[in-house]
Amino acid sequence: MHEVKRRYVIPGDKIAEGNFRPLTNVIRSGTALIATRIGIAETGREGVKVIPLSGVYIPRVNDLVIGKIIDHSSLSWEVDINSCFSAHLPAQDVFGRDFSPARDDMTKHFAIGDMVTARIVAFDRTRDPMLTVQDRDLGKIPRGELLRISATRVPRLIGKRGSMIQTIEQATQTRILIGQNGIVVVTGRSPEGVDLAVRAIRMVEEEAHTANLTQRIKGLLNVPEPTTSQERSPVTTADTKPVEIGSTIDEVDEELEVEGEK
Amino acid sequence: MTQTRNLIDEDGKRTDGRGPDELRAVRITVGSVKNADGSAFIEFGKNKILAAVYGPREVHPKHMALPDRCVLRCRYHMVPFSTDTRKNPAPSRREVEISKVMREALEPALMLQDYPRAAIDVFVEVLQSDGGSRCAGITAAAVALADAGISMHDLVASCAAGKVNDKIVLDINDEEDKEGQADMPVAYMPRLEQVTLLQLDGRLAPDQFDECIDKAIGGCKMVYEIQKQALMQKYFGNETELKEEEQ
Repeated sequence: MHEVKRRYVIPGDKIAEGNFRPLTNVIRSGTALIATRIGIAETGREGVKVIPLSGVYIPRVNDLVIGKIIDHSSLSWEVDINSCFSAHLPAQDVFGRDFSPARDDMTKHFAIGDMVTARIVAFDRTRDPMLTVQDRDLGKIPRGELLRISATRVPRLIGKRGSMIQTIEQATQTRILIGQNGIVVVTGRSPEGVDLAVRAIRMVEEEAHTANLTQRIKGLLNVPEPTTSQERSPVTTADTKPVEIGSTIDEVDEELEVEGEK
Repeated sequence: MTQTRNLIDEDGKRTDGRGPDELRAVRITVGSVKNADGSAFIEFGKNKILAAVYGPREVHPKHMALPDRCVLRCRYHMVPFSTDTRKNPAPSRREVEISKVMREALEPALMLQDYPRAAIDVFVEVLQSDGGSRCAGITAAAVALADAGISMHDLVASCAAGKVNDKIVLDINDEEDKEGQADMPVAYMPRLEQVTLLQLDGRLAPDQFDECIDKAIGGCKMVYEIQKQALMQKYFGNETELKEEEQ
């Protein structure tokens, strides 16, 4: 892996000077590259970008989101995806090309108030996001415990190659569905397991920047430590010391390697 | 404005014991309103001001939405117990004006074109007022906007300067505002070196005007450092010093 320089930035901070390409949340001002949001700036070979640490969900094409059907017209459903733009799901996507508003009953598929898992197929600055449910694991969510977390915490909740979420799922015997928009659905057989998973997710959200989070989550969930990691110091759930720079880099790695899906 | 009382003593100290170039004590706490997307609480001398930012969110009423950029809405409000005598909670002429200048002071720093058809709401509540509350409000609102994760060119820092006893002094307090000769609130983007708010109440000679604006900008730069520190503290704890690390 090539060398990547990282540092903490707030809006207006100069990240680098020179011939770098400004990527996300970075602007060029003369020869300098300036951060536009609070986060961790990364200077790499491809350019300079800032991984934001706060902010609401802004849709992106191909994002997997969880939304709530809030209305429908004769041709599409309106879906609340926890963003400043409400998405729409065309009826043709569900009924097929030969959809007829006169013949097909849209409420048969999705009623107002239903939760759906969907993928964003189109979105730009001129139009609201368009969704599809035509893919594996997409569609109506029949049951589960609903949670709303900050969209900037989603990569941390998933963890490196899904490690965090797998840990929680295995320890609590639950199934956890995460939308990129920060909506999480937890399902499981036992209410205790669901309850514990919800507590673990809340903890990840609140302590996303702190070091040794995975260890503390394991402590909360009573996951036995594998023998190989015994050299690590025991960490309790009450331990919330501020993040060390080394661990932040690990966390950023996790954010980068996981593209939002398990 | 005519001054009736001496506001600077023989030692050059002002009514609250400050020197002419001294700022009141400023403290900013980030993220004090949990329900908001971003928030900040500022104590600027005796001013206590809460700023909360919501958005980008859907615009209601919908006809207010702009097709190419975000709508910024600001509300400056003083609670009834913020002053000596009860303040009517209905928006006064002054509050409507400050809401407008506050919006215009913050707008140039925001990248509103990044959020078309959306709205950002900024609420500034003055809990205790002590002169210079518009400056403190703008300072807090800028921090709250950064906390909300809204793309910005720079933070906006704000500070006033004015004329007391024919002398130009920094950061006018309530007494100096009421009984002094001039008050000039300035909002400034330090990185871009641009002024986004400039008001003047009182009379200044051209050379005094220059001195006053220079002093106010100097004050803004001091406030800017406090803003940056407050944000760093909230997000990165005590790691502010150790900013760079190579892998």
